[in-house]
Amino acid sequence: MKIVLVGQPNCGKSTIFNNVAGYKAITSNFPGKTVTYTLSKMTFQGITSEIVDLPGTYSLTSFDLAELEARKYLLREKNDVIINVIDASLLGRGLELTLQLLELNLPIMICLNMIDEAETKGVIIDTDKLSRLLGVPVVTAIAYKGWGLNRLFETAYKMGQKPVKSEFQPFSKDVEQVIKDLSEHIKKVDYAKKFNVTNRFLATKLLENDQHFIDEIKASDKDFIKIVQDYQLQLEECRDRSSDEIISSERHHLSMQLYESVVKLSKPKREFRNYLDSVLMHPFFGYVSLIVILYLFFNFVFYVGALFEEPLLDFFYQFLPYAERVLGADTLPYHIVNGVIQGLAGGIAIVLPFLFPFLLGLAFLEDTGYLPRVAYLMDSFLHRIGLHGKAIIPLILGYGCTVPAVMATRILESERDRFITSILTTMIPCAARITIIFGLVAFYLGPKAAIFVFTFNIVVVAIAGKILSNIMPEITPGMILEIPAYHVPSIKILLSKVWLRMKEFIVIAWPLLIVGSVVLSLLKHWHLEALINQLISPVTLLLGLPVAVGVTLIFGVLRKELSMVMLVQALGVTNISTVMSATQIMTFTIFVLFYVPCVATIAVLIKEIGSKRTLFTIIFTFLIALVLATITRLVY
Amino acid sequence: MIVNLTDVKSGSKVKVVRIRGGLGIRQRLSCLGIHPGDVMLLQKCGFMKGPVLVNIHGNQVALGRGIAAKILVEVEL
Repeated sequence: MKIVLVGQPNCGKSTIFNNVAGYKAITSNFPGKTVTYTLSKMTFQGITSEIVDLPGTYSLTSFDLAELEARKYLLREKNDVIINVIDASLLGRGLELTLQLLELNLPIMICLNMIDEAETKGVIIDTDKLSRLLGVPVVTAIAYKGWGLNRLFETAYKMGQKPVKSEFQPFSKDVEQVIKDLSEHIKKVDYAKKFNVTNRFLATKLLENDQHFIDEIKASDKDFIKIVQDYQLQLEECRDRSSDEIISSERHHLSMQLYESVVKLSKPKREFRNYLDSVLMHPFFGYVSLIVILYLFFNFVFYVGALFEEPLLDFFYQFLPYAERVLGADTLPYHIVNGVIQGLAGGIAIVLPFLFPFLLGLAFLEDTGYLPRVAYLMDSFLHRIGLHGKAIIPLILGYGCTVPAVMATRILESERDRFITSILTTMIPCAARITIIFGLVAFYLGPKAAIFVFTFNIVVVAIAGKILSNIMPEITPGMILEIPAYHVPSIKILLSKVWLRMKEFIVIAWPLLIVGSVVLSLLKHWHLEALINQLISPVTLLLGLPVAVGVTLIFGVLRKELSMVMLVQALGVTNISTVMSATQIMTFTIFVLFYVPCVATIAVLIKEIGSKRTLFTIIFTFLIALVLATITRLVY
Repeated sequence: MIVNLTDVKSGSKVKVVRIRGGLGIRQRLSCLGIHPGDVMLLQKCGFMKGPVLVNIHGNQVALGRGIAAKILVEVEL
């Protein structure tokens, strides 16, 4: 059996999914974080089935790439049960999607999620009545607490065994007549079958001017488009508005009617969080709070990290002299053991102490719902560099990992915005590069220097954005963004999310770190390292760095952490400040911060923006790194 | 009196009269529940060319300045 979760952005699909499939899909409190579908096996009451988490979609008319992906999946695959998840506190709006789903004539059921949230807002829903009116089962749930999910899947299984196909809700008579007439035309050609939808669904979408369907048909059959246009005109004549507006307002009225007949409104509870926005989104205090929050976040990461880095490093390095005594200084076994110890030490002592608190803090900010507020505050600033507020979300996610951040650019409407934002996200220090800033700059040069690096980075990203948007001038469509209510994050979900992201480091990066260290040891043993360093010496000499640093820059393209961890080994010391001056440490960090994205990022860039533009990104970031690091050498 | 959403003071209740601009913007606004005829509360008017914040059917939506300028509204008393 295959169960699909579909619903509007931020209604809790991924939270339901994670509850039954294990934590696999990243959840946060802002619309549009799921940009591609996730499929998993789930076992419930002894029965194994498949469950699919689709990206959130406001309607079944296609706009951004994530929404198109959801619709395509829904129409293409054979699904046994479709669970329409609705944020109960936004029932009126959620029903607009439900009405479109019902037109598809598929086995559909409704899950009213966040029913507690609706009640605090004073929205009391008569679920039996809703179920009767729509002719589909309705189940309530509170997904983040796991409440109601048993009943949800029991109902889903029942439906899967005896599927009941949904029926559409009719619009006003005159509109319905036009839809019916156009449906008759569609019946004669086999377009509905081609797109795997009902005649009525296709008729309404064509009247709504759905770009995707119109373009597909236009390519082969211009005459049919003429027929569609005739009907659009007919509709427009009787209502004196454009046909897409007529259909969407029909749907709006219908959902409002449904809403009013099943909802009893009572007084919303007074809550502390309702007052939060008067400070956090205030024209002045909003920015002050933003700076204070980021400053606290920074200090949290720095102090937790520094607490662990030194004792852990000492612990690992005490084994080195011992190994040297037993195995002999310049022997092959010693080099291998040395490589393994350096790799372990790098992962455990330098990366983890900063990575864990950082990811925890980021997860906290994501789940409370603060990020969309940042988008609101930063909108006018981002307009100055040719983007709009929504672009801040991929940029902030970039501080976690560049790969999902590049994918998150799909929430932007225009291709040019996606391209520019993608390049900019590669320049934002990801968790790996942040550990470099903390582990090198903050650790050796002090926290103030690290704050300088972060600030400097933002300035550079802003200037790069300005340059790029001047190269590609285009007026961005402007921001339309939902600002969801604040939520108190669940500790369990926070930790699962941090674990999911850490696992990526432990499973992929760590083995690479250890192998990388061993490879470097072997290179040293056979004196091949000098050859590579020789090749990279034009860069290292220009930047005034020790030539031995060269090889670490190659490793850094594999994983950004490698360049720092290898640095210790390449220089052959445990305390970097004994061989590198403050200027050199800063120059190295600035270079590593900007130069060439890591291989994983390059792969996702090729997929999202194409190979030509990826090549451009690589050259662009390399040049920026080179120029800035040279300036740092001369000025710092 | 019919004015742009950008010209309304914070805290006023407005009724959407018309949405200028193409199909794309109309559809995107309708997804968030903003149609001609809907009543919404302007929570924060933009400052320094920033976005406006409206409350529509109990939900907060931020609209960039360019978008807000295309929404014609009538201030309700």
